[in-house]
Formats: sequence, structure tokens, C-alpha cells
Amino acid sequence: MRNDNLPVWEVFVQPKTGAHFQHCGSVHATDKEMALQNARELYTRRQEGSCIWVVKAEDIVSSNPNDSESFFDPADDKVYRYPTFFKVSKKVKGL
Amino acid sequence: MEDRKERAFQDKIDAELKIEPKDWMPEKYRRHLIRQISQHAHSEIIGMQPEGNWITRAPSLRAKMVLIAKVQDEAGHGLYLYSATETLGITRNELITQLQTGKAKYSNIFNYPTLTWADVGAIGWLVDGAAIVNQQSLRRTSYGPYSRAMIRICKEESFHHRQGYEIMSKMALGTTEQQEMAQDALDRWWWPSLMMFGPHDSDSAHTSNAMQWKIKRETNDDLRQVFVDRAVKQAELIGLTIPDSELKWNPKNKNYDFGKIDWNEFWEVVNGNGFCNKERINNHVKAHEEGKWVRDAAIAYTEKNKNGARA
Repeated sequence: MRNDNLPVWEVFVQPKTGAHFQHCGSVHATDKEMALQNARELYTRRQEGSCIWVVKAEDIVSSNPNDSESFFDPADDKVYRYPTFFKVSKKVKGL
Repeated sequence: MEDRKERAFQDKIDAELKIEPKDWMPEKYRRHLIRQISQHAHSEIIGMQPEGNWITRAPSLRAKMVLIAKVQDEAGHGLYLYSATETLGITRNELITQLQTGKAKYSNIFNYPTLTWADVGAIGWLVDGAAIVNQQSLRRTSYGPYSRAMIRICKEESFHHRQGYEIMSKMALGTTEQQEMAQDALDRWWWPSLMMFGPHDSDSAHTSNAMQWKIKRETNDDLRQVFVDRAVKQAELIGLTIPDSELKWNPKNKNYDFGKIDWNEFWEVVNGNGFCNKERINNHVKAHEEGKWVRDAAIAYTEKNKNGARA
């Protein structure tokens, strides 16, 4: 840990119970506890959250947007994954 | 190869798609963003000083609580923006060094002193009012993290704006002495607030690329006009006079024409000769140095735990 460049933590806030966690920015902190406290002071000053996750930025693995075409390619030709792929008579109810 | 990438980049921007940190971007776009967002971040942080100056002397407990919350928000805004800048591959430490050595600028307005309580009102009403006009426009900026920070900041900023206008209204409708203080604050803050939007479009060094890349969405002059039109009516309502003898309604353009801005004053202050330039940076350096032991202790504590000293 180099002095003055404290580790960066990414912050995810769940706006209310039952909702998805959303990324909202980052904080600097030396440990988990400080990261959580800093995230609370920074991103939930107006009750914007019911829960916070913090995770060290260096531990996050991201796909590369420049390769997104080939990366997401496997999903391209599988239209049968959608219900609209199947023809069903209008007479059939509840399907 | 570079050409093709650059064209794809511009196509994306023209299609109103956001650019994200890991996307390819021209080096000049990255540099422009680092300069602009960090300058914005520094302004929020340095902007804590003129108002912080009045926390201990706020005229009531209510006013004091509100002002503390507002100054804390400014710190928050600075941090949202540092966080966005860091996604471009520069460290917080480098950003702070640029600020403290004068390599990076912050908004000129914060080099003016806050002489009376009315100045706290004028800052909220005019300085935050001007900032809001600019920031509302920047919500549509092409860089994702910057845009998201702006959306967040705009939500919080309108409390600041109202807080300032409330102070000004109370004083403008108060005793003769209070009225004079309110008018005096308006007289001193009006022109510097207009300067906040930066040089005229014809003289602005950064406008053209920034518009093409949709970093900026509206020009300095257009945004300044929006601010003037809003502020004139707000001043009228509380009986204050905007210190500009050339200010008058233009029925053809449906906006207010206003007098010439003293750009000599603007450049003097930019170049370090404002009332408070030195004080603002010295305070920042001092706070940073005095906080060093806290950072050191936090690092030492973490290192110690890592080495198994704590069960």
C-alpha cells in the first residue's frame, strides 16, 4: 500500500429491500470497515440505500467491451430461448 | 487502424451512446475529460472553504445545521467527480498534486472572499444557481461516469440553491441593514457568477472538440443566458437590483440582454491574482499534510492485521 494512494473500492447500493444492487461509484479506504463507512457517508446521505456492498476494485473482473461482439456471440442464434419462438394456437389458454 | 477506431468512436457518440471507461477513446478525449472533470472536482472541494468560513458564525442553529450539510455535500460532489476522473487512469494522488501545484485549475469564483452572512446566501443562490445550469446540461455528457455523477449531483444541488435563495430573501425583506448587506452581496457576486460559464464561445479554447465529442452539450454563452434569465426574475421578486445598467428585456429574442463582462478581471484571477487564491491552496495543503498521520495510522493498522497480529 503506497502512502496517499489508498486502495480503491467499488461501491454497490441496494436502493431498497428486494431490489438489485447497483454500482454507484468508488471510495478510497485501507480496509473493509473503512470502505463501508466511507461508502455510507458518500453515497447514502439521503437514505438512498438499504444495504451496501464494497469490493476492492482490483478484485473485479470485467469483460472487455472492445470484444463484446465475439464475447456475447454464443447468445446470438438461440431464438428458441424466447417464448415468441413457439407457435401456439390462440385457443390454448394459460400458456 | 487509429482512423477507423476514431470513426467508430465518433459514430457511437453521434448515436448518443455513452463512452465507458474500458471503451477505446482518442487520447485527446481522455485528456480533455481528465482536465475538465478534475477541475470540476477541485472546484467542489475548494468551494467548501468560502462557506465553511461561516459555519461557526451562522446566525441560528437551523442555519448552522443546514450549512454543515451543504458543505458536506460539496465534499461528496468532489468525491463523486474524483471517482469518475480516476476511471480514466489517473490516481487521486496525482490529481491532488496537480491541484496543489497549480497545474490544475478550479472555478475562479472561489477566489472571492465571503465577507458577510449574505455572501453565504449569494453563493447558494447565484454560484450554485450557475453551477446547476451547467450541470444540468452535463447530465447528457458523452462519458458515462461523468454523466452519472452529474445526475447524482443535480439531485442534491437544488437544496443548495433554495438554501441560498432563502437566506437572500430573508435578508432582502429584513431590516435596512440586512437589505443593504443582501444588495452588497449581490453586487459583488453577480459578475463573477456570469464569468463562471467561461469565456465567450468565440474566445474559448476548448469548445469545439468538446462539442463534437459531446463532452459539452451547450455553449458557454447559451448557458450563461439561461442563468441570467432565471436570476433576473428571482432578484425582482425579493426586491434586489442586479448591478448592470445595460440589463434589459429583449422582446425579439425573448431574453435579457446584459452588459459587458470584465474579462481582464477574470484573467487576473485565473492567473493567481484574486483575493484568496493563495489562501485557498495553502489551506488545502495544510489540511492534507495535517491529515497525513491519520492515513499513515490507518495503513499501519491494516498492515498489522494482515500480519496476523489480531486473531
